[in-house]
Amino acid sequence: MSEQSKDIERSQNSGLAVIKPDAVRDPGIEPHRVRMTDKSPKHAKNAARQVALLFALSMLGSAFALWAYFAFPLTEDLNTVRQNTLYLGVGITLGLLGIGIGAIHWAKTLMPDHEVAEDRHVLASSEDKRAAAIEIINLANKESGFTRRKLIRRTLYGALALFPLPGLIIFGDLGPNPGNSLRHTIWKKGTRLARDPYGTPIKASDVTIGSVYHVVPEGLVPGTEHYLEEKAKAAVLLVRVEPDKLIETEERKSWSYQGIVAYSKICTHVGCPVALYEQHTHHLLCPCHQSTFDLVDGCKVVFGPAARPLPQLPIYVDEEGYLRAQSDFNEPVGPSFWDRSVKS
Amino acid sequence: MSNSANTQKKNSFLAGTANYVDERLGVAGVLKEFGRKIFPDHWSFMLGEVALYSFLVLLLSGTFLTFFFQPSMTEVVYDGVYAPLKGAHMSIAYASSLDITFEVRGGLLMRQVHHWSALLFVAAAGLHMLRVFFTGAFRKPREMNWVVGFVLFILGMGAGFTGYSLPDDLLSGNGLRIIDGMIKGIPFIGIWISSFLFGGEFPGTEIVARLYSLHIMLIPALILVFLAIHLVMLVVHKHTHYSGAGKKDTNVVGYPLMPVYVAKAGGFFFIVFGVIMLISTFFTINPIWNYGGYDPSPVSAGTQPDWYIGWLDGALRLAPTGMEFMIGGYTVSMNILLPLAVSLIFLALVAIYPFIENWITGDKREHHVLDRPRNAPVRTAIGAAGVMFYAILWAGASTDLIATQFKMSLNQVLTAMQISLIVLPIVSFIVTKRICLSLQRKDREIAIHGRETGRIVRLPHGEYIEVHEPLNDYELYKLVDYKDYQPTLARPNAKGKITVGARIRASLSKFYFKDRVSPASQSEIEAARHHAEEIEHEVQKAIEAAK
Repeated sequence: MSEQSKDIERSQNSGLAVIKPDAVRDPGIEPHRVRMTDKSPKHAKNAARQVALLFALSMLGSAFALWAYFAFPLTEDLNTVRQNTLYLGVGITLGLLGIGIGAIHWAKTLMPDHEVAEDRHVLASSEDKRAAAIEIINLANKESGFTRRKLIRRTLYGALALFPLPGLIIFGDLGPNPGNSLRHTIWKKGTRLARDPYGTPIKASDVTIGSVYHVVPEGLVPGTEHYLEEKAKAAVLLVRVEPDKLIETEERKSWSYQGIVAYSKICTHVGCPVALYEQHTHHLLCPCHQSTFDLVDGCKVVFGPAARPLPQLPIYVDEEGYLRAQSDFNEPVGPSFWDRSVKS
Repeated sequence: MSNSANTQKKNSFLAGTANYVDERLGVAGVLKEFGRKIFPDHWSFMLGEVALYSFLVLLLSGTFLTFFFQPSMTEVVYDGVYAPLKGAHMSIAYASSLDITFEVRGGLLMRQVHHWSALLFVAAAGLHMLRVFFTGAFRKPREMNWVVGFVLFILGMGAGFTGYSLPDDLLSGNGLRIIDGMIKGIPFIGIWISSFLFGGEFPGTEIVARLYSLHIMLIPALILVFLAIHLVMLVVHKHTHYSGAGKKDTNVVGYPLMPVYVAKAGGFFFIVFGVIMLISTFFTINPIWNYGGYDPSPVSAGTQPDWYIGWLDGALRLAPTGMEFMIGGYTVSMNILLPLAVSLIFLALVAIYPFIENWITGDKREHHVLDRPRNAPVRTAIGAAGVMFYAILWAGASTDLIATQFKMSLNQVLTAMQISLIVLPIVSFIVTKRICLSLQRKDREIAIHGRETGRIVRLPHGEYIEVHEPLNDYELYKLVDYKDYQPTLARPNAKGKITVGARIRASLSKFYFKDRVSPASQSEIEAARHHAEEIEHEVQKAIEAAK
């Protein structure tokens, strides 16, 4: 062992370590265990054959994959996707595993497996190297006058602090000012409630007790401008329960129609669609994080991480019997944000 | 005759090539330096290799996918071969993902290779981190490399999440929806960040292209840079080795890079690649055609994120009801901020752990011999508690599936998880620490008295003893070669004052090293052997007498 590598144990503070004077002596690296392939040429020859066989298997696999690529073209029949994936995959797998297992078998059986020790050296540089390094830094400092010329140094700091700012500000057009967009949806007075995704209007008489409708504002169909953005705010769940079961505040008595209530489908937690309705309990359940809302009690949160009730869409029925919105929602829908309650 | 001529020709060809390359690059010096570098061998050292190789597979399969994938959210009407979606409105991103699947030969295979290797990459990196933690491989001089590895793990999760969102299918769109909801909950700037990220309102038409830039350029470039730093540091530090005879902090014991390690590591790359290919051949992952394109209204029950995001999703789920509150008319979404804070603090603790432990032990020596986990009971117990904490959060992302699969009440499952998140890490800390100490005591006993043979002997005076067989030197050394620390008292500094830092360090050192089992010393072992010889002598005498 070199003097320098001994230093690893000596040169540094050992802290709370207990250094035992009579620690057990290190007997040194265990003697090498001779393998069958080391002592018997027959075994070595066999091992070499096995390695070659594995490499040959790899060649076979790769050739098979090439064949499979042409043999299983993709057509309208989806079965061809399965076959193409399967045979191509099996061929490539063999091509890869043959090489991998072969190489390791080679290393384990035929290459020397004597453990070898190599000295480590202390990572810190030697004292004279450190001194030389400090010397260079001092010289550079002297030659440039970095510490001496305060004005240059400070203006440089200032310049370095400011120059990234334009680089940040040019990202300003990544998105618009959010403005009031989160406070409004396309629901307005008189918008008919329509089935998602067909867009057909819904009659109050179609909504039987216990049935659930996934609802969008009429006219919001795939292909319309900002379809997904508007739908992400305007999606509504429509349910009819027995009218006497509804617990409604005075203000909201007029928001429902004979037990038909419409609530925002966008969870007030992080915005997943609250798509599961449990008829027995009148609970709405968000499948993402299991926030549960009591439909007959103003969609108040009864369980889960959400904090606020789902916003209610006030509805009425027109002369033809179609369900229509009285207005937009009276509060922002979807996940909470900092100034959601601030009127603007 | 012809044989030797052949050999000579081959040699001269090799020599010629070597000469050509060396004259232009001077690589002989590099080869001389590194060609016979010693690498220790242990199965647990392969975990990092698995991560590295999975990353290479990701680069290869990902490059293939970029040739066919189109990161655009422009709406099209699907007209491909997959009949159930014909005529559906969808983004170009989703349509091109379907085309890769159904109309490019090997496309589905490569998509699955890419997804499986991503899952494996994060898993292997995580297990590698655990290996490094539990064996103390993060100690000086490797603290900085621990931090680099930590950054790689975070980048791996980022790469995974950005990639997961690209096909713009219903499942990944809901994932983005959750991210958007979380971002909006951030005080002051939440809706601004959301608007900037999505280029307006969610989901907008920008996010897929933006995530694509991150996914195929920025994040992989960062991963490559940190990977390079990680590996250069590995070479500079030389690999650690497990404690055992001949293995010291001053040497490295193992096999030379060329040829053994090149063959083993090179072969192992092909095995990792082959296994990923095998899994991808036979097991479907992320069947996006079943989900449909993203639409903010539908969602399927029992949706799950990729496994490595699970713990964050679980953290969201486990937040108790009603944590949101108002301050001066502004909404503070603690139901989002608390899980976020808990996750970030957890990650921060992971990142700085090496520095904490080093501050407590004050051991500034270089450590190259790995600890057996039992020989650092409190560290191992902290690790077990951390794993348990992570595991509960992770299981928390499956509360609904646990409830439906095991026919339990969803509410009770969730409440049980909330309690477990606090209680089980403490329990696992205590249990793990006790197990470690017991194992250490057992080791010590075996080191001093030897192995139990099951031979019971009755001595002439009536005493029954069991004969112990002493260990050989190599087995013995493995049991006694570990670092032993003792608690310290708060000591005054140069000014004669006991600082708060010193008090904290003293109480932490007590927490760490109060219960300790010292390694058996030479004199203890010799005394025990001497005693054993006396007994053996008596036994022999008794046997003689009986004859």
